Amino acid sequence: MSTTYDTIANIIAETCDIPHDSIKPESHAINDLGIDSLDFLDIAFAIDKAFGIKLPLEQWTQEVNDGKATTDQYFVLKNLSARIDELVAAKGA
Amino acid sequence: MRLEYFQLIDRIIDLNLADRKISSEALVPSASTIFEGHFPGYPLMPGVLLIEAMAQTSGWLVIAANKFERVPFLASVKEAKLRTFITPGEALTVDAQLMHEGSGYAVSKAKISAKGKPVCDATLTLRVMDFPNAQMEAEMRKIASRIGLALEAPVNG
Repeated sequence: MSTTYDTIANIIAETCDIPHDSIKPESHAINDLGIDSLDFLDIAFAIDKAFGIKLPLEQWTQEVNDGKATTDQYFVLKNLSARIDELVAAKGA
Repeated sequence: MRLEYFQLIDRIIDLNLADRKISSEALVPSASTIFEGHFPGYPLMPGVLLIEAMAQTSGWLVIAANKFERVPFLASVKEAKLRTFITPGEALTVDAQLMHEGSGYAVSKAKISAKGKPVCDATLTLRVMDFPNAQMEAEMRKIASRIGLALEAPVNG
């Protein structure tokens, strides 16, 4: 059974045509992988579908803009995986 | 269609919010300067305008779904297929269904038919944002009223 991270890495590789071996848990989706906001919409759509959740992209963006969070918290892939696990757990609660 | 204003939808003919579906009508004008150039001696409705008609219909569905609180902008077009030529004067039916409503975006599948035959289809992604200003919202409400969104169209759900 693939992990949340594996699923995200596959989605990013397929959606953005990024070589799989260049995607790491420590990769920052924007700063390291060069994913722009439009590509991230496709990734969010694929993640929403794969996990049956709704990534709160607008809330995250607002928190970053307000200085209440860093982009690392949401866009470093291991952290993104943890956020997704939280959303999946919250959905099932 | 008001091609000169880039307003391609004439009338909303069905809106089903429970199923996240909408249908609209769009009559291609019999004359336009667009047809003088596209193409001289062989006037055709440009494919990009057919895609725009699908985007505008999808957009009205998003606006209806969020009750005019936010406005969609076309962000991406996928798997667009232009299946046949459309000539001046043809009546189009545009159908769209929301496939997903994410945070700040929506994904729709849309298609156009004419005389019951498929014309084109595509999957569209729209960014959904706050209205940039009050003037735009007011103007969009006027257009919505003109084309019968929520006023004349039967609203199911």
